[in-house]
Amino acid sequence: MLDAAEVKEVKPDSAATPDHGSWTLRTRQFVDRVLPMDHLLPHRQPYYVGSWVYVFGVITIAALVWVVISGVVLSFMGPQWWHTSSLGRFFNSLHFWSVQLFFLFMVLHLWGQYFMAGWRDGRAATWMIGVVIFAASILTAFTGYLSQQNFDSQFIAINAKDAMNSGGIGAFFNVLNFGQMYGLHVMLLPIAVTFLVVWHIVMVRVRGVVKPIGPEGGSAS
Amino acid sequence: MDTPARYFDLWFIHISYPNLIVIGLMIVLFAVALVAPFPHGSDRDA
Repeated sequence: MLDAAEVKEVKPDSAATPDHGSWTLRTRQFVDRVLPMDHLLPHRQPYYVGSWVYVFGVITIAALVWVVISGVVLSFMGPQWWHTSSLGRFFNSLHFWSVQLFFLFMVLHLWGQYFMAGWRDGRAATWMIGVVIFAASILTAFTGYLSQQNFDSQFIAINAKDAMNSGGIGAFFNVLNFGQMYGLHVMLLPIAVTFLVVWHIVMVRVRGVVKPIGPEGGSAS
Repeated sequence: MDTPARYFDLWFIHISYPNLIVIGLMIVLFAVALVAPFPHGSDRDA
């Protein structure tokens, strides 16, 4: 039986272990250095985080979770179900209104980060990923409106095709092609938005929440 | 739901009342978030 001292000797220490070309070790050391667990899941926050403005981003994520859950149910059951049954209409409405909340709170989060200059102190990439999420979300919502399978979606598609053709992308992005729009809406774009949101959150955790703007214009000390 | 929305018109501004109400609500919500006290706000790291 090993005593405590021996156990300590055989315990792997990533910082002291020599690198013998192991990419798993280098990856683990990189993650430990860049994103330690107390940064990823902090139990305390700086005093300036005690404001409702910082809640907008979390509500946006909560809305996204409901968008995905209701969307999975809708895609599983299909258009006939979501248009004709009461439960289907409920999930259809749940999907629609969670999207409304997602956009509403995403824009409030955007306002908050804009006025506190959230890109300061090495957070430019976090801001830019947020911008890309906004753009990808608009495209996701647009393909969602085209996937409704009702007169509304037909009206939007017929009108949107001219805009797409005038932009030179009509042949590639054909809004009259339901299969293409539906595929983009339920597969590629949600994966892209979810991946970008996770990336955005990880970058926020790496750098921490931006400090308030000080009286001289720079970050408060 | 089947009738078109009514529009607010002022000079170059042309916006439906539902959209105008939502934007107004967002501005109010943002202003409230700035001034409303946050629970346990003093129990944070300095």
